[in-house]
Amino acid sequence: MKGIYLDHAATSPVHPKVVESMIPVLEETYGNPSSVHQFGRQARKTLDEARKVIARSIHASEKEIVFTSGGTEADNLAIIGTARAREQEGKHIITTPIEHHATLHAVEYLEEEGFEVTYLPVDDQGAVRAEDVRESLRDDTILVSIMMVNNETGVMQPVKEVAELLREHSTSFHSDIVQAYGLMEIDVTELAVDLMAVSGHKINGPKGIGFLYVREGTKLESLQHGGEQERKRRAGTENLPAVKGLQTAVELIEGERNQKRKQYKELKETFLHALNEEGVNYSINGAEEYSIESIINISFPEMNVETMLTNFDLSGIAASSGSACTAGSVEPSHVLSAMYGTGDPRTTNSIRFSFGQSNSKEDLIQAAQKISQIVQRLSITGR
Amino acid sequence: MKEPKDTRVVVGMSGGVDSSVAALLLKEQGYDVVGIFMKNWDDTDENGVCTATEDYEDVIRVCNQLDIPYYAVNFEKQYWDKVFTYFLEEYKAGRTPNPDVMCNKEIKFKAFLDHALSLGADYLATGHYAQVRENNGVYEMLRGVDRNKDQTYFLNQLTQEMLEKVMFPLGHLEKKQVREIAEQHDLATAKKKDSTGICFIGERNFKEFLSEYLPAQPGNMETLDGEVKGKHEGLMYYTLGQRQGLGIGGAGDPWFVVGKNVEANILYVGQGFHHDALYSDGLIASEANWTNGYVPEEAMECTAKFRYRQEDSHVTVQPMTDGRWKVIFHEPERAITPGQAVVFYDGEVCLGGATIDTVLKEDAAVTYVG
Repeated sequence: MKGIYLDHAATSPVHPKVVESMIPVLEETYGNPSSVHQFGRQARKTLDEARKVIARSIHASEKEIVFTSGGTEADNLAIIGTARAREQEGKHIITTPIEHHATLHAVEYLEEEGFEVTYLPVDDQGAVRAEDVRESLRDDTILVSIMMVNNETGVMQPVKEVAELLREHSTSFHSDIVQAYGLMEIDVTELAVDLMAVSGHKINGPKGIGFLYVREGTKLESLQHGGEQERKRRAGTENLPAVKGLQTAVELIEGERNQKRKQYKELKETFLHALNEEGVNYSINGAEEYSIESIINISFPEMNVETMLTNFDLSGIAASSGSACTAGSVEPSHVLSAMYGTGDPRTTNSIRFSFGQSNSKEDLIQAAQKISQIVQRLSITGR
Repeated sequence: MKEPKDTRVVVGMSGGVDSSVAALLLKEQGYDVVGIFMKNWDDTDENGVCTATEDYEDVIRVCNQLDIPYYAVNFEKQYWDKVFTYFLEEYKAGRTPNPDVMCNKEIKFKAFLDHALSLGADYLATGHYAQVRENNGVYEMLRGVDRNKDQTYFLNQLTQEMLEKVMFPLGHLEKKQVREIAEQHDLATAKKKDSTGICFIGERNFKEFLSEYLPAQPGNMETLDGEVKGKHEGLMYYTLGQRQGLGIGGAGDPWFVVGKNVEANILYVGQGFHHDALYSDGLIASEANWTNGYVPEEAMECTAKFRYRQEDSHVTVQPMTDGRWKVIFHEPERAITPGQAVVFYDGEVCLGGATIDTVLKEDAAVTYVG
């Protein structure tokens, strides 16, 4: 059975050009970029080229880019690294309850160590308010961490407004931009964030690579100890083939972002239209007008996530319920719980669909038809 | 009858060797097999690892070997409400519950069966040692061929509606053969140790577990004549006929638990395995289920088990006017325990079962067994 992949926010297929660009690096550029011989220099050159392309993509300078193993490591480095570097100045952190677990669990870890964390309120549209950040700020606040686009609902957060109001405060400002980077233009000369985490495999790049943007002058302590790679901010020999793949993925995005957003907007509209045509009972989680085009989170009343996802998969539709599971079973979404309150049925009957380059309108129409059949069958049997 | 390839069978996979082989056999027979892991209990081991995660990892490995899709489903809430709550209530009442019977009745063959059907399954299969036979439109449940592993005792609450949708692929096999099949196919779980004890307690100390949920009330250990023999740690920790853990020394035969008085919080003890107080000649049971669907209207003779892995005994079962059942033993039975199941058989066919409420001696209720 041919599957319809609607889970691009989880991971995306690697672009053939990305694969192509990695092969010569795997085959030939085997030197260690830190080595003082021609093999090392060749590798170093490849590394620096990639760093330049990536830095340019957000108008940063090359030394502000730290390669990591992915989004999770970048978030951890930003959060724990800031806490370690600034704990003498204060131990207060502000974040949101709708962050990715890479952020939430890092912050919880710091909480156990005595840091104090303020979780901003989230409205039922899925967003936090810059105003609440202002009210939560304290003299001992050393870090504010707010994602740019929520990975479950696609709702864009007011990162720019927060950045503006933080200009007058000494706190570091981190943003997880994993879901935003591929579709939104980001310019660090205008956007006053200090740290930003990006993942390679969400943008048709390889897995195991990502980067952290670290604004020059931002205090950060390395979490990994070893060699002096990445200006002592991330020890360990660089994953050069993946770095090269990431570079290619970034090059492929440049100039295409608006086009992609338009394409995904059409896909989303097609999908919703088809669900309406089929008469499926649903509601959308999160403010549609503030949602990124690639993600839509839909609640199906009277349904159950596990039963739906399993049925979807058995009929070839790959989607997800957003986030973590224990022993394979689906937990109520922490994002939707923050929006609607714990125990709201929408926390256990909602599915995230996320679009990518390979999706066609036909895919979405077909998916909607299958979903309609499944939902109908489940509501008739009462199961 | 659909072709196997068009017949979807959901296999309840626990991560153990039995359900692994059940899935394997169905796959070999050409069915459209889907493996599903049930998470009923949230627990972590001494290293902080979720025990269910470990089992689910095994399910994943086996399903990948068999090339079948796998999923998990969470029934923690249902399990808590339907099985664990009952389990605690029974202990509080001084009885000895059977959570496995309840789990099969409420979770595996109800909530989980419903889940399987919602996935378009034609059948639900499990790794139980039991058999289903269709006999003129009646689905009969038969004992597993492996006498030592037969699990019909725990399946006594299954109804026709359930049995119609159930497959037990291991019913015709000996446990030894199941292990051999697993080893021949190099299944990831081939050498995995069988789980023991009640699923949510696992390998842990039962006393410790129970004390987390129920307050222990120590009291006196007495003979039926009222002679105090020592202290007990809480009635729920003892079961009828038990010898271990009483700590009564002195001359003569060893001491055994012969009864409980929940109201006065007394544990009754008596000397000798064959203490007269441990023997009874009948019982009254409720919550009867008749697997074949027809309810006996008058007294019938059959065999019965009063606990798992016990030889059958000859009994006469009589319907009572209040809907309960009187079971008369042809020979006296030792340590009949309220809360446990009495399960009836006609030869190989498991007729059903009920919960033991009252123990009878010379047709009168034995009051000292709780």
